[in-house]
Amino acid sequence: MSRNRRYPDEIAGPFESPPITFEDRDGREIDIRAHDGSDEEYEALASMYDAFDPADRAQGIPPSEERRIREWLDNILCAECLNVVAWDGQTAAGHATLVPDGDAYELAIFVLQAYQEAGIGTHLMKGLLGYGAESGVEKVWLTVERWNKAAVGLYKKIGFEVSDSESFEMEMGIRLSDGSDEGG
Amino acid sequence: MRILLGIGGADDSLQALARTVERAVEAGDELTVAIIDEGGTERSVEEIESAVTETLEENGVDAEIRYVAGDPGSKLVDVAESEGYDRIVLGGGTTSPMGKIQLGSTAEFVLLNSHVSVTLVR
Repeated sequence: MSRNRRYPDEIAGPFESPPITFEDRDGREIDIRAHDGSDEEYEALASMYDAFDPADRAQGIPPSEERRIREWLDNILCAECLNVVAWDGQTAAGHATLVPDGDAYELAIFVLQAYQEAGIGTHLMKGLLGYGAESGVEKVWLTVERWNKAAVGLYKKIGFEVSDSESFEMEMGIRLSDGSDEGG
Repeated sequence: MRILLGIGGADDSLQALARTVERAVEAGDELTVAIIDEGGTERSVEEIESAVTETLEENGVDAEIRYVAGDPGSKLVDVAESEGYDRIVLGGGTTSPMGKIQLGSTAEFVLLNSHVSVTLVR
């Protein structure tokens, strides 16, 4: 479905691009890195989504069964997609992705339940947007269930603005550049 | 059962069409197909209509075809309630580039307003 989405006039950021290392609120050292395309990282992500609590699904993703998880991962790890992963050692603790949609990108972010409420989501979002800005992304949109106050709060804090609130889920947008600078 | 199937021009509508017609054959449902002109979708009303007649003929199902203009959600609910239908069937939504399920405004309206049971086909 292609339609005109609205974005803020103002450019958000700047956001630091990965790699980023920080200590989360539970004292774990977390590395945020761009997905390197390796089989090892793919399998780590597949394991993360296999362990994902279905209660945290949003609009049907992540899917709940291994074959569907892999089909979905193949789709969002496409060549033009931008992906960053939050690592606790060898364990994928969180994942954020930008999937091309015309002249913009759709964003989604997932943090494994054991790693939630530790500040990882904020770092992961900023890392993804830094990576996006560096890669020449201009506009990003997402949808979120309106009752998900924690997520809406995080997106607003980072600079997303509500662009459509008439559907079941709310749409938000952010602008990373004005298009005059093509980026790196 | 008396089924009112509402279909527009997106892929989920064609999937709903195929599954509803198959079920009508199995269960002996009495089927009415309401073609919705949503505008701005992949298929024109003529294309939807030819998909409908083709699917009906392939399965040997005889169904009334109607056209819904104006506000499709409220029209569907009105027809279903005032003409004694047992169920409204709609496509289960399109998916975003990310793979998120997105319901159209027609489905949202019908779900929230219909006093007749609603099925979304996935």
